[in-house]
Amino acid sequence: MDPVEAREGQPPRRVRVDLAGRAVRRAAYSRQELEEQTQVGEVLIRGLVRAQLGLALSLAGVVILLLGSLPIAFALFPALSEVYVFGLRLPWLLLGVLAYPLLYAVGRLHVRQAERIEDDFSKAVGTDS
Amino acid sequence: MSGSPYALPAIIVVTVATIGIGAYGLRFSRTTSDFLVASRSISPGWNASAISGEYLSAASFLGVAGLVMKYGADMLWYPVGFAAGYLALLLFVAAPLRRSGAFTLPDFAEARLGSRTLRRWSVFFVVVIGWLYLLPQLQGAGLTLRTLTGAPYWVGAVVVGVVVTVNVANGGMRSITFVQAFQYWLKLTAIAIPAIFALIVWQSGGFADLSGAQSPTFDEQTEVRVDTAVTVVVAESLTLSADGNVDGGDIDGPATWGAGEHQIAAGTVLVFPDGAAVPHVSGLPALSGQTWATPLGSGGASPDHPIFATYSLILATFLGTMGLPHVLVRFYTNPDGRAARRTTLIVLALLGVFYLFPTLYGALGRLYTPQLLITGQTDAVVLLLPGAAIGGLLGQLLGALVAAGAFAAFLSTASGLLVSVSGVLSTDVMGRGTVRDFRRAATVAGVVPLVVAAQIDRLDVSQVVGLAFAVAASTFCPLLVLGIWWRGLTDIGALAGVLAGGALSLSAVLITVLGGELDGWPGVLLAQPAAWTVPVAFAVMVVVSRATASRVPPNIGRTMLLLHAPESLGLGRGTPD
Repeated sequence: MDPVEAREGQPPRRVRVDLAGRAVRRAAYSRQELEEQTQVGEVLIRGLVRAQLGLALSLAGVVILLLGSLPIAFALFPALSEVYVFGLRLPWLLLGVLAYPLLYAVGRLHVRQAERIEDDFSKAVGTDS
Repeated sequence: MSGSPYALPAIIVVTVATIGIGAYGLRFSRTTSDFLVASRSISPGWNASAISGEYLSAASFLGVAGLVMKYGADMLWYPVGFAAGYLALLLFVAAPLRRSGAFTLPDFAEARLGSRTLRRWSVFFVVVIGWLYLLPQLQGAGLTLRTLTGAPYWVGAVVVGVVVTVNVANGGMRSITFVQAFQYWLKLTAIAIPAIFALIVWQSGGFADLSGAQSPTFDEQTEVRVDTAVTVVVAESLTLSADGNVDGGDIDGPATWGAGEHQIAAGTVLVFPDGAAVPHVSGLPALSGQTWATPLGSGGASPDHPIFATYSLILATFLGTMGLPHVLVRFYTNPDGRAARRTTLIVLALLGVFYLFPTLYGALGRLYTPQLLITGQTDAVVLLLPGAAIGGLLGQLLGALVAAGAFAAFLSTASGLLVSVSGVLSTDVMGRGTVRDFRRAATVAGVVPLVVAAQIDRLDVSQVVGLAFAVAASTFCPLLVLGIWWRGLTDIGALAGVLAGGALSLSAVLITVLGGELDGWPGVLLAQPAAWTVPVAFAVMVVVSRATASRVPPNIGRTMLLLHAPESLGLGRGTPD
């Protein structure tokens, strides 16, 4: 028997609870908690912000490591500037050409991961109440 | 040195088209507010083209090539930083800022911290950064017209300044996404096609060595007209012919210059023989190809402390982009935070493609237009390279194409900046944001930089832009990053940080622009201030916020929810508290 049908007839004595129904109710509960700034809501939103910040910082770290180390590397090892790849000196190849695909790749990774974090958050909260 | 005879018609076409589209846009933007409509209908691809079109300014189009030609490998960080700024924007700002619903930086400051004082100071810095960034656009225009037609420097600055001011004051170009998007593709075409032809010429010449032991020489007899008085340094004595005034004496005929400094008066025409070493403007070291091609060499823009200067530049450009007023407004046309991220990603791709080309001009300029090193006006290399390297009718047509692209760059960036500056001026300083307030504000916003730009043609276009980035990175970057990610930020902390970073970076800018060159550490600390002003701004913001922790906005949890939760959940956007 469907719960909706039951409501239309006599008040039900027994309510059948399935797993999906429980998930919906729990999600609606956390939405409310978020809106009302309860402690559970706080934990949820703090978790989201922390996850996104962690992602952004670690990807920024990758760029700082890869690009930011170049001036020091060129200063410590002048021989690097004498290396030719495809007829270009290494600094010109790295900064003039390869830096751009690197920036794009990191950006792409960020978009994908940030959306995944948001999807997980939406799932935890429920998409509609 | 003169450009192609087709350049002036090409510039006129671009300018007239801009005015025409502005007039058309006037009717268009009255019926449909583009920013409101756009927020539902514009795809990330169009939006990204529009952002890139507005972003690629005189600094990107002319300045980067000029700096690369002058100083070599270290300058490659400028375009990398201009692009990487969008990665920082993507990682830390794009989606939350869109979700905040703020249209301008002052809006964000007030919405996040609820302080009118902070809002007013944000307005102040939007105007300062906008004006600093407008200057090089007008400078570039002056330089371009002088290079191509011999008109005095101020003519080009006035033409662009007046066209843009009138246009913006009348509501044209205000918010027409497709025009700005078209500008990107025009600029890319204008810089890429001549560069590809120049590459072919270089290849057919057997890839003449750019990084050898020699400093640049003339590879044919070359006539050079000196427009502004200049002091040059000659390395070895050379014989040439001159017509005009050199070292205080009139001359018309052959001359021999000994090694050392020589003063050349404005209007003098010099003819250098084939094979002569190119004299360099005083203060610009004559770099051998080897030094030029090697990073952190003795010849960069900051020869004393190249590593510090490089890192400071990286910091300014990486973190400054997010604080540029005309960049943020466009993010509002994204429908939601996710679209803002995707748009930014496409911008990264579009800029990456564009920035492959200015470097080529800078490098090939040392072969084909070395005479620019005499006057130091290497910003003109993009304009002159097609004619010099390719020659003939094709060279002239390609020269006209780059000239058109350069003007498109000045007009689109200047319009975007002027719209942003007059927007905040009209709502916060000179009225309440009515159409009449906006017009008055646009006039003021346009005239001030125009007057200043007419005074300075000494500075490199890209260096002035670099200073604007430094101020943006020292004020709005900490405000945005801490405002979005840190609950503990207070209004007083934010204000203290913005004022500290702003006062320090702005003083550095003023000393650099007005005071001329300083040597050693003071010189490099002021010329590239970001490496110390950005950390100071962040530190002040954090320390003062901690000290005033009781002032953390009470609804901070809801604000965080609004900034970070996907819009589809509808969280934090319900009934206000």
